[in-house]
Amino acid sequence: MTTTTPAPTAAPLVPSFGEDKTDRKLAIICSKGNLDMAYPGLVLANAALGEGIETHLFFTFWGFELVNRKTMGDLKFTMLGNTATHMPQGLGGLPWMTTLATARLKKSIAEIGVPEVPEFLQQIVDSGGHLWACRMSADMQHLGMDDLYEGVEAIISAADFIEMTDGAQLLFI
Amino acid sequence: MTTTTTIGGHDVHVDDEGFLTSYDEWDEELARALGAQIGLELTTEHLSVLRFLRADFREHGETATLRRVTAGTGVPTRELFALFPVKPAKKMAYVAGLPKPRGCV
Repeated sequence: MTTTTPAPTAAPLVPSFGEDKTDRKLAIICSKGNLDMAYPGLVLANAALGEGIETHLFFTFWGFELVNRKTMGDLKFTMLGNTATHMPQGLGGLPWMTTLATARLKKSIAEIGVPEVPEFLQQIVDSGGHLWACRMSADMQHLGMDDLYEGVEAIISAADFIEMTDGAQLLFI
Repeated sequence: MTTTTTIGGHDVHVDDEGFLTSYDEWDEELARALGAQIGLELTTEHLSVLRFLRADFREHGETATLRRVTAGTGVPTRELFALFPVKPAKKMAYVAGLPKPRGCV
C-alpha cells in the first residue's frame, strides 16, 4: 500500500550510491563453452561493473571458446545431459536438435534485449572490465593473441591470474 | 512507501531510498538539483541522456538499462561511465526522476 507521510526531517532524502571508489574486486573464471553457460559469467561481470566493482574474467578450458574469434559467435546449447529442459533425453541426440535448441535459446536471449557473446564482451570491456585468456588453454590449442578477441588484454598463466586477483571475491563458472 | 522530501526548493515524492516516485514532478531544473545532490554538474550531454530515459520510460514504463541507453542515444558505454561515474545506471535513473532499472543487462 502506498501512503504519503511528511518527511520527518529537513535533510533531503537522497539515495546512497556508496563510496566514490570501492576496494571490492571480483574475479570470474569462465570454464564452460556452452552457450547457456557463457551467460552467467557475462551477466554477473556486467552487473558488478555497473556497481563500480573492479572485475576480471579468466577464460580457461572450454571457456576459451568465448574469446576465440572462430567460436565466440557460434556457441551452442544442447539438451543432452541437461534435465532442466524437461524433454526426453533421447530427443537431444537427434542430429538437428542442438541447432534447434541453440536457435531457440538465442531467440529468447535476444527478446529480452541481452546481446550475443561478442557484443556482450565489448560492453564489458567498455564498462572497464578486464579479460584474460588462459596460457594452458592457448598452448593446448596452439592459439595466440591474434586468434583471440581484441578485448583480451593478455594470455596469462594460472599463477599470474591468482596473483592479479589477490583479495578478490571469486566465482568459478 | 512514499514520502516527501525537499530538494533544491522542490517538494517531491520519493521511495524509501530517495528515488522519485512521481513521473510528472520532474523537470530539467529539478534534474540539476538532483544531480547536485550526488555531486554531478549537469551538462548538455547529461541532459540529452536524461531526456532519452524520460521518453523511454514514458513509452515502456520501465527505466532503460545502460545497454538500452547506449543503443537508443548512440552515447557509448564508456561515455556513460564518464558522465555518471561508478554506478551509471542507478545515478542516471535518479537524476532522471525514475525508479532504479530492474533489468539485469
